Order: sequence, then structure tokens, then C-alpha cells
Amino acid sequence: MKSLLDWIDHRTGIRSLTREALFENIPGGSRWRYVWGSTLTFTIFIQFVTGVFLWMGYSASSGDAWESVNYIQNEMTGGWLLRGIHHWTAQFMPVLLLLHLMQVVIDGAYKAPRELNYWFGVLLLLLVLALSLTGYLLPWDQKGFWATRVATNLMNLVPFAGPEMQKLVVGGTEYGHHTLTRFFALHAGVLPGLLVLLIVGHIYLFRRHGITPAEPVIKRDAYFWPDQVFKDVVACLAVTVAVLGVVLWYHGAHLGAPADPSEPFSAARPDWYFLFLFQFLKLPFFAGENEVWGAIYIPGMAVGLICLMPFIGRWNLGHVFNVGIIFVFLGGAGALTYLAKREDVAGPNSAKYLKAVLGDARDADRVTALAKGRGIESTALSLLKDDPKTQGARLFAQHCASCHRYDGHDGLAVELAKAVPLDELEKRTEMTSRFFSGDAVHPDWLARQSSTNEWQTVRSLLQAKAKGPFDVIASSKPKDAPEAPDLKGFATRQWIRDLLDPDKYISARYFGGTAHKDGDMYKKFLNRKVRKYDTEDHIMLEAIVVALSAQAKLPGQAADDQSDAVLIRKGIAYLEDDIGCIDCHAFGEPDPDADGPDLTGYGSREWIVDFVKNPEHEKFYPDNNDRMPAFGVKKILTDKEIGLIADWLRGDYFKLPADAQGH
Amino acid sequence: MENQVESSEAGVGDSVGQAEEPITSPEPETPGERRGFIKFLCAFIGTLISVVPFGAGMWSYLNPLAKRDSGAGDDGFIKVTTIDAIPADGTPAKFTVVADKVDAWNRFTDVSIGAVYLRLVDGLPKALHTVCPHLGCFIDYRPGNNDFFCPCHNSNFKLDGGLARGVSPRRMDPLDIQIRNKTEVWVKFQNFQPGHSHAVPVS
Repeated sequence: MKSLLDWIDHRTGIRSLTREALFENIPGGSRWRYVWGSTLTFTIFIQFVTGVFLWMGYSASSGDAWESVNYIQNEMTGGWLLRGIHHWTAQFMPVLLLLHLMQVVIDGAYKAPRELNYWFGVLLLLLVLALSLTGYLLPWDQKGFWATRVATNLMNLVPFAGPEMQKLVVGGTEYGHHTLTRFFALHAGVLPGLLVLLIVGHIYLFRRHGITPAEPVIKRDAYFWPDQVFKDVVACLAVTVAVLGVVLWYHGAHLGAPADPSEPFSAARPDWYFLFLFQFLKLPFFAGENEVWGAIYIPGMAVGLICLMPFIGRWNLGHVFNVGIIFVFLGGAGALTYLAKREDVAGPNSAKYLKAVLGDARDADRVTALAKGRGIESTALSLLKDDPKTQGARLFAQHCASCHRYDGHDGLAVELAKAVPLDELEKRTEMTSRFFSGDAVHPDWLARQSSTNEWQTVRSLLQAKAKGPFDVIASSKPKDAPEAPDLKGFATRQWIRDLLDPDKYISARYFGGTAHKDGDMYKKFLNRKVRKYDTEDHIMLEAIVVALSAQAKLPGQAADDQSDAVLIRKGIAYLEDDIGCIDCHAFGEPDPDADGPDLTGYGSREWIVDFVKNPEHEKFYPDNNDRMPAFGVKKILTDKEIGLIADWLRGDYFKLPADAQGH
Repeated sequence: MENQVESSEAGVGDSVGQAEEPITSPEPETPGERRGFIKFLCAFIGTLISVVPFGAGMWSYLNPLAKRDSGAGDDGFIKVTTIDAIPADGTPAKFTVVADKVDAWNRFTDVSIGAVYLRLVDGLPKALHTVCPHLGCFIDYRPGNNDFFCPCHNSNFKLDGGLARGVSPRRMDPLDIQIRNKTEVWVKFQNFQPGHSHAVPVS
């Protein structure tokens, strides 16, 4: 062994190199305050290792980036751990950078002859921030996409060549494949390469000048090895433990819904350590033409001032000024960060922000489930766009919810996977939760108790100490009162059963807000006849409910429809003969005299699609349609969009075995 | 040993707080046993924390070893063509095998996943894999010689797939075949590991 080492040493000089590295003299002995540089070197080592392994699973194209990151996070063994370590280490690095900078400035380690090394350090700091900025986009999720758009649009403000620079960085005028390939090359090639060069220079110069001891030097000198090394590895261990703790807690790192240029994302924010700049730009002073000051000139001057510290430090009181400036910057950035976050979670638009966060998490869960269950034929975004559960609800909210409701809301309420007790909901409204949790709830949001259909604000429920559990939260309160039926569970047995209840028929949940409440259905049938029904009549009516609901062929009711075949046959007989529905409705064959909707295939996909296309068609309401637009005839919606709404209403979409029971 | 070490910073005189020579000679402050333990801890912790990123990386890098080939249909048979499409004179013809394919995060329907040679022998089709058992090149059919020929390392195969001459360790891989609905040709398409003298399915 020794002879082998001798052989190597003879050719490399490894022994003297190691000695030089380990037996660096530390004036005043080892100290905990010297560990920050080592922890930074260590975190960069972690990022290099995990980054290269992530590279082996990542694909930098707009059709594959989210998909490959989702695969790493949710399909690859240990991928969540790998991605989690990379992501969370990156979150720790700005803190370590700051501590390192503060230690250097406070100890006066920037002073001559260490100016150059200090500037290397400032450059390294900027490089790490650039790595964060480029890495933020790579998962190609809503958050990264929209935040990067903002960041690159700021480049537009750069004097003289702003628009050209932006075009070069983005790879064109549109964000797409080349934005990702360019960002990825920067993130995994150019910036790490520069980082390595600068670190080598930084450490070389550091070793050349030695450590700057923190005054006063009390203890005797010591070598770097082993006391300072020990402190350094313990600090690195602490960083590792902290990172792993967060990674395990969150099971990796968050991945939002895939980037979608057509869907707004009200929670687009830069990573937390850029929030102060983000907030800075909101100051009224930087409105309009002055924005370039907030975005470029002032931050540039701040970096310039930091770079000038070695010269300022030469004057009497210069060092004190420098230390003061660092704390002023730190305090200012801290305050701005706090203000930014506070505005998001408790400001006037906080409901919008928090709902976007919840909605993004919901879409991300959904698309991850779709990717797992169905596979991705083209892109994850198209899975979401073709998914009735997601897209049907969005279209309903946009086109139908001004009159209709879906379970009291506009279709986009966040439904909890399972009903939660009031206590838990209450915790989600608290300020700490709103600051730190992705599933925080705004106090003003409507929440619904699963046992009732009554909507009240969470706040009033909290005040009333009402009992949970709740199953829907985070719905926007629609502007107008409902004017048309609530379509949750349309054509299910319960929905039809309630429809045929005279009081419910004229309630706001059904036709209370429409002209139909004064129509023949209510006046001549429900009010005049059904109110006087005896038990036997009600049994017949129930058979009709079951038979009519079976016309819809709802996937959620298939088993019931099959087992109730006899009852359904009876119900059809009652419908046609005993109760006399066909006096006003067509059933089985067209009836030109009918003035109520055709009941053939009532609630089926085809029926809903035809109805939405043209409610005034002779099959539906040729003479007595009340305000419903002909969405198909007027080309407000395409056939595909109407189909998505119909499938969503019918619950006819992909369900994981686990959530097939739920919503 | 430490006493032999010279300061590597000789010549840098004006640095603030820099001691070219230690103010006091750095000497162990504590007994050697404790320092030995500290050195051991340094090495131990250093190794431990360095292993973390590598461990996470290797865990996911080794993911392919845990994945199994999902295979074709339920029984592995894929409809390739009909008997009428195979030349009646007994010459082999190449047919594309189309099936659903999972490629990491993508799931494609009806894409080419490979090819087979089909040849009629006494009116019944026989199937041979198109991939050379040597190192996986695509084997050509040569109409002039009426034989199979691998253009990479010049292996020659007879029409029945038997090795005529060359470096291939085994004959061309025959594939199971079924006739369904009288004329449909279904092939149990699978890939085999190259280089072995016996066909070992890739799984």
C-alpha cells in the first residue's frame, strides 16, 4: 500500500498537496463562523451530483419536460428523493450565501488584498441566483412558466438591446422548445462550468491570503485539519439533515400542473428569495417608464455598492458603513419579502392567489393520475385539455355558471378528497398555514357541509361553531343568484326525484328562477296532481324516476340500472300510460305536438349535447325556451367542448380505482 | 508530522490578519486520542454526507433494473398480416409489427415496435425475427442469393433461419405463430438477448 502511494506521490505530488490543503494555518484556531464557505461548496457538490442524475431522466422540450419531471417524481424509484434533494438544497443555498456574505463583510474579509476574491464571491452569488432562475423553468409547470415569462420580460427593459436580449434568451418570440433547451444548457452546462472556474479561483485566492480571523483573536492558532474540518463537516451534516428532513416531509418537491399559455395562473411567483425584487417592482414609484429603475438600475446599483465595499472599507468608519449597508439590504429585502407574501395570503387579492394555488394542486393531482392511469400519448397538457373532469368544469364555469350552478358553485370549487372536520378547515385558514402551506384556505371562502346543501362562509360557520365535516372549499361566490337548475347529478335518480317534488321544482335549485316555474309542468302536473298523490301513486312516480334516470345510461348508475331492470320496465309503462307524461313529452318516438322536452334518452350524452347545441330544437323547447342560448347553433361552443361539458356532468371520465368511489 | 509543515503562504506579507508564521506554533491542544477520534468523525461524517446525493442518484439510476418489459397483448401474440399477403412462392417477406408501446412517460398506440420475416412453408407461415442474434443488426433478405444476410458482420442464414456461415452464435430467432379466423397471422413478437448460443428472451 505504502509503495503504491509512494509511486503515485512521486508522479503527482499528492502528499504535499494534501498537506497544503489540510495544514492551512487558521489564526486564532477553528471557529464555527468559518463554516459557511464549506457548506456552500458542499451544497454545490450535492447539486452537481443530483443534477447529473436528474439529467439522466430529464427531457428539455415543451412536450416532454413536465412529463419527464413527473416521471422522475412519481414513477422512477427514488426519483422523488433525488429531485427533492436537488430542489430543497437549492432553497437552502441563498440562506447559506447570505450567511457567508455577512460573515465576510462583518469580519472585514473583503479588505485588501482580498478584493479580487471578494468580487469572485459576489460573482458566485450571482451565478447561483442565475442557476436558481434557470432551474425554476425546467419542470415546465404553470408556476415556472409564468414566473419565467415575467423574469424574461424584464430583460426587455435593459437599455439599448433589451428586446434582442430577451429574444436570445427565450430562443424566439414564443416560449417553447428552444426556451427550454437554452435554459437547460445554461443551467446544466454554461453556469455550472463558470461556477467551477470561479470556485477554483475563489478557493485558490482564499488559500493564498488565508482566513481573516474574527476579532478578537483569543485562542492560539491551529491547523485546518482536523478541528476546522470537523466543524465544517458537522455544519454540512446539519445542512444534509435539514434538507433530507424537508424532502421526506414533502415527499420530494412540488410539481404544479403543466404549463398552459391559455390558462391564467394567479399564483405565478418567483422563488421566495426573489420575492423582494418582485415586491419592489410593485412600488408606485416604478410605474410605467420608471420600471427600469426598479428592475435593473437600482438592483444593479445595489450589487455595485456591494462590489465597492473593499474601497469604502478603507476609510475611517467605512467598514461600519459596509456592515450597516448589509443589514439595511437584509432588512429591506426581508421586509419586502414579508410584504410580498403577506399581500398574497392576506391582502385584498389573497383569495384569488390562494385559490390559484389550490386549483393548481388539483390540476396537478389530476394530470398525474391521468398520466399514470392512461399514459401520455402526446402531452400531459392535452390529457388535461381532453379531460372532462378538468376541462368540462372550466367550460361550465365560463359559459354556464352565470345562470346554472353545480352543487351550489360555479364548477371550479376545490373538492376535498374526503370530507374534513371543521377543526382542520379552521387550521387551514390560520395565518401560519397561509404563509407556509400549499392547501391554505381563505376565511371568506364558501365551504359546504357534506350533510347539507347550504352554503355559508367559513367565517360565519366558525363563529357559529358549526360542526363539520366539509367536503367542498374554495369556491368563488358567483356574482348573481342562480337563475337555472343546479346541474350536479343531472339525470341521476336523486336529481329527478327532487325535480318531481313540487316544492323543489319551483325552488332556486331547479326552475324557481326561470319561466318554467309558471309552466304546465308545475301548474298542471306537479301542483295539481303530484301534491295529491297517495302512497300508490308515489310508488309509480318512483318507478318513473328510476326508468327515466336509466335513459341517461350514467356510468355511475350502471350497476343499479342493471339490477333494477324490472322496475325500469314498469316505470316506462307508468310513464307512457298511467301517469301520462307523454301527454306533453315525446318518448320513444318523435311527437310534434309535445311541448316539453323529449324524454327519449333523457340525460344521455347525446341528449345533453343536442340540448346545449340548440335548446329551441323541436325536441326540447321549441316555443318556451327561457333565455338559454343555442351554444352550438351560434357557435359559442364547439361540439367537442359541449361533449366535454356533457361528460363532466355525467361523471363520464377517467377515474382511478381509488377515487372511483369519491367524486 | 505536523511540525514538518511549512506555511504555504510565504511571501504574502501585507494581508490583514495573515500570519505567515503562526503566532504560536499550532500544536495539539488536546491529547492525541481525542484528536484521533475527531479525525475519525471527520472521515465518517464526510463519507456519510457525500453518499447521500450519490445514493439518491444511484437509486433512481438503477430504476431500469426494476422495470419489466410490459410485453405485447395478453398472451404476447400480435396480429401482423393475413396469409394472403405472404408471397405464395415461398420467398420471405418483411412485415412491420404494430402494437401499443410504453416509452417511459409516453404510451403510444399502434406504433411500429419491430419487424418479422414471414415465409410460407407448405402453405403455412413461419416467422423469423429480423434482428441478428449476433449483435442486433437488422438482417437483410437477398433475393439474388435467396438467403438472409447480416450486413454488419457478414453472417449468412438459410431461408429456414439456420446459420450458413459467419460469426452469429445461433440461428435466426424463430417466433411462435398462430392462425386466427382462418387467415389472420398472429406472431408472438419478442426480442432476444444477442450473443448467446441459445435464445434468451429480453424481459
